[in-house]
Amino acid sequence: MAQHPAERRSGYLDMSPGTRAMQDDDATNPGMLWVLDGEALWGRKAGAADKACADCHGAGMKGVAARYPRVSDDKLIDLEQRINLCRTGRQKAPALAYESRELLALTAYIGFQSRGLPIEVDETGKTKPFLEAGHAAYHRRQGQLNLACAQCHDERYGARLAGNPIPQGQATGYPIYRLEWQGLGSLQRRLRNCMIGVRAEPYAYGSPELVELELYLMWRARGMKLETPAVRP
Amino acid sequence: MARTIVRVPPKAKKGEIIEIKALVGHVMETGFRHSETGALIPRDIIRTFVCSYNGAEVFRADFHPATAANPLIEFSTIATESGMLEFRWAGDNGFTAEASAPITVE
Amino acid sequence: MISRRRFLVLACAAAAASPPSRARATPAAMQEAIAKVTGGAVVSKGRVRLDVAPLIENGNSVVLSVGVDSPMTAAEYVKAIHVFAPANPLPNMVSAYLGPRSGRARITTRVRVADSQTLMAIAQLSDGSFWSDSAAVVVTLAACTEEVK
Repeated sequence: MAQHPAERRSGYLDMSPGTRAMQDDDATNPGMLWVLDGEALWGRKAGAADKACADCHGAGMKGVAARYPRVSDDKLIDLEQRINLCRTGRQKAPALAYESRELLALTAYIGFQSRGLPIEVDETGKTKPFLEAGHAAYHRRQGQLNLACAQCHDERYGARLAGNPIPQGQATGYPIYRLEWQGLGSLQRRLRNCMIGVRAEPYAYGSPELVELELYLMWRARGMKLETPAVRP
Repeated sequence: MARTIVRVPPKAKKGEIIEIKALVGHVMETGFRHSETGALIPRDIIRTFVCSYNGAEVFRADFHPATAANPLIEFSTIATESGMLEFRWAGDNGFTAEASAPITVE
Repeated sequence: MISRRRFLVLACAAAAASPPSRARATPAAMQEAIAKVTGGAVVSKGRVRLDVAPLIENGNSVVLSVGVDSPMTAAEYVKAIHVFAPANPLPNMVSAYLGPRSGRARITTRVRVADSQTLMAIAQLSDGSFWSDSAAVVVTLAACTEEVK
């Protein structure tokens, strides 16, 4: 699979010193508010099974977020879907909606435990066809502006779009605290945001197409260090 | 209760100037935004922040709609004695949040 | 093949699709807000330093610091720091109240800056004098905005 950026670069490096400092200091990074919420949720019993995440998993999810999305029972799932499989299957609790405070808190808390660890993506076996689908989607022109992800993020990174530098779009810090959102958001929210930007009908949250794209982006960022919770403009 | 993150050095020398950071989770809805349907979203902000040191107020700030979501304030105070720094935020719709951090002064 | 210029035009069209409403404080409102803290006293330039990046990536959260040259003793200290934004819907950004126990007259916060403008910080000293500093900022338009839910 083609990978255009010769030198991969986290969007962190394209940010102003002030925004970088916001991410670097856990006392000023607003994403930490969600991480702490997630830590509290992790230990709280939920559902008909009256079980907390911690009852099965203890405290350690180190490295886990760096390995998602992944194939489980022949289906590609992202971290949010993995959490919801536990919610519905083990805790007997209702699934959490994408972008809900609770789900963002849990993904932030789990992601934070992998901060600084390299992203690892299996590219063989059952994962391969999903990765190829994500690669194809990334290079497919879409929307009324007829643009593919690759046209901005592989071919024009470093140029400016409405005054802002175009990043390579390396998905190293999700969920991110985006200044534009004034809150935390998932990679799927960011992808849907881009799709709306090019005037395409965005795929629904949790759709296979978005999870495949997430997988491709994580493969594209493989080896780069996770920054969760990253701050971005 | 809203999530808060406060940073106070756990130890300081008497007379030393200590740096304090206080972050609180809040949307800080300005009252100037409209929803997709065009309805005005009512203002919902934190108005005041107070830091007390062993019961005495040492710093206060007024926030406005121009204060960013999840407000952060950084300021300083002189370490005078061991005890507790207390932080209190108050705002629209009865919002309050509190946090505290101990300090040992040598 | 899409030309570079054409690409940027299209992309900017996408960025400008949902412009936020741009309410602005009037110059009178700005003067009134300042008069409210100074009581009409003369504001001199100097002694205050307003630190803010001149080019702002996103106006929703901008790091802003104000420092005042003062010994911060019981006899001579900074009582208050006020920051104003003439092109925001409301001119008041933040007010901070300090005293001799502050040790240092410096605050940092994160503010919203609605548009390119010249921000102003005014410090009130214990001797009743007022001092100010200004900083011009340029706010770039966010490339990918999103509808408010």
